[in-house]
Amino acid sequence: MTWAFDAALCALILGVAFATVLGRGVFRSIVFFIVYGLLMAVAWVRLDAVDVALAEAAIGAGLTGVLFLTTFGRLARNVSDDAAPGRFHLPAALACGGLTGALAWAWFAMPAPVRREWELPPAGVENPVTAVLLNFRAWDTLLESIVLLAALIGLWMMARDGDWGDRLGLPQHVRPGGVMAGFGRLLPPVGFLVGVYLVYVGADQPGGAFQGGTVLAAVGLVAALAGLVRPPRIAAHRWRVALVAGPSVFLVAGLAGAVLGAGFLTLPEPVAGTAIFVIEVGLAISIAVTLVFLVLGPPEGERRE
Amino acid sequence: MADIATIAFTGLGLCFFIAGTIGLLRFPDVFTRLHALTKADNLGLGFITLGMLFQVEGWREMALLVLIWALTLLAAGTVSQLIARAALKDRSG
Repeated sequence: MTWAFDAALCALILGVAFATVLGRGVFRSIVFFIVYGLLMAVAWVRLDAVDVALAEAAIGAGLTGVLFLTTFGRLARNVSDDAAPGRFHLPAALACGGLTGALAWAWFAMPAPVRREWELPPAGVENPVTAVLLNFRAWDTLLESIVLLAALIGLWMMARDGDWGDRLGLPQHVRPGGVMAGFGRLLPPVGFLVGVYLVYVGADQPGGAFQGGTVLAAVGLVAALAGLVRPPRIAAHRWRVALVAGPSVFLVAGLAGAVLGAGFLTLPEPVAGTAIFVIEVGLAISIAVTLVFLVLGPPEGERRE
Repeated sequence: MADIATIAFTGLGLCFFIAGTIGLLRFPDVFTRLHALTKADNLGLGFITLGMLFQVEGWREMALLVLIWALTLLAAGTVSQLIARAALKDRSG
């Protein structure tokens, strides 16, 4: 029976992917993109890659979907959906087709994976994915966390001079005692627990800074959308510290490795477990705050209301 | 015995999902479509969860399944309220 499930899943993924690319209207494409991300998460679970599935569901479908939707909302205030390009875009099609072809070529050019029984070198953590992300391939993860920060700086450059120093994003209007206000009180405690748990178990089980940080970001966004917390001002120093905490801790740990003689970003085994946990906590905080700020957007028009 | 209960309850849940999907596609306006959709989410997923409860071992897994259903219920109820309110505002201009 499992092959029937897998075949249906593959067909659904392909169908939804085509609907995302070829569908008419930007809004419809975004909705299909979110569905595509959720189906991909199911596919990753089927492949026993629960870490990737968590990341795909939280970041690929959830966060990217929200970013697309807010972008669409901002676009819709200026241009109508009809004006959006629904036509065939040849250069984009060629570029994407070329990328797909290159990936397919790389896939077939690679030697077939051989399943071997081998011991993971001691990395200080039980979860092999965390061991790779934070010890053996720490470079990639460090740069990823810095890329997020760079994206936020790029977004903040869009702020008008007059708005600089205001609170982030658009002002939220919530009916006091309404459905959204109630939801904003009910969900965050549960979500906070789930997010902290995901970060905490990341060393030994599926989870980690990116997955847990995204869940924590969602909690913050729900609280902000429900009007329970006001977004901070763009120049608030405390929040800037939170933004750079993760990459800084990571860099300090990497430099410490170099000073101790193990090499830059190499965590020697006796302290690796503790070091990875501290880095993960710092990264989760930074990722959560960065993602919330990315979705809220630069400050705009608090005084124009 | 447990398998029969699972098949019966998940089958019932699937019926609600199919009915909800048909309603979503066929009903004329936002409010009736929301009605169809939330029926599928609440009752359909509820019956599927009930069916799955017969398959898991231990209270922890059971509690997690019920928690997932409760969270979906909460999210679906909230979202349909918000959509309905937005649609109402659109209609009254």
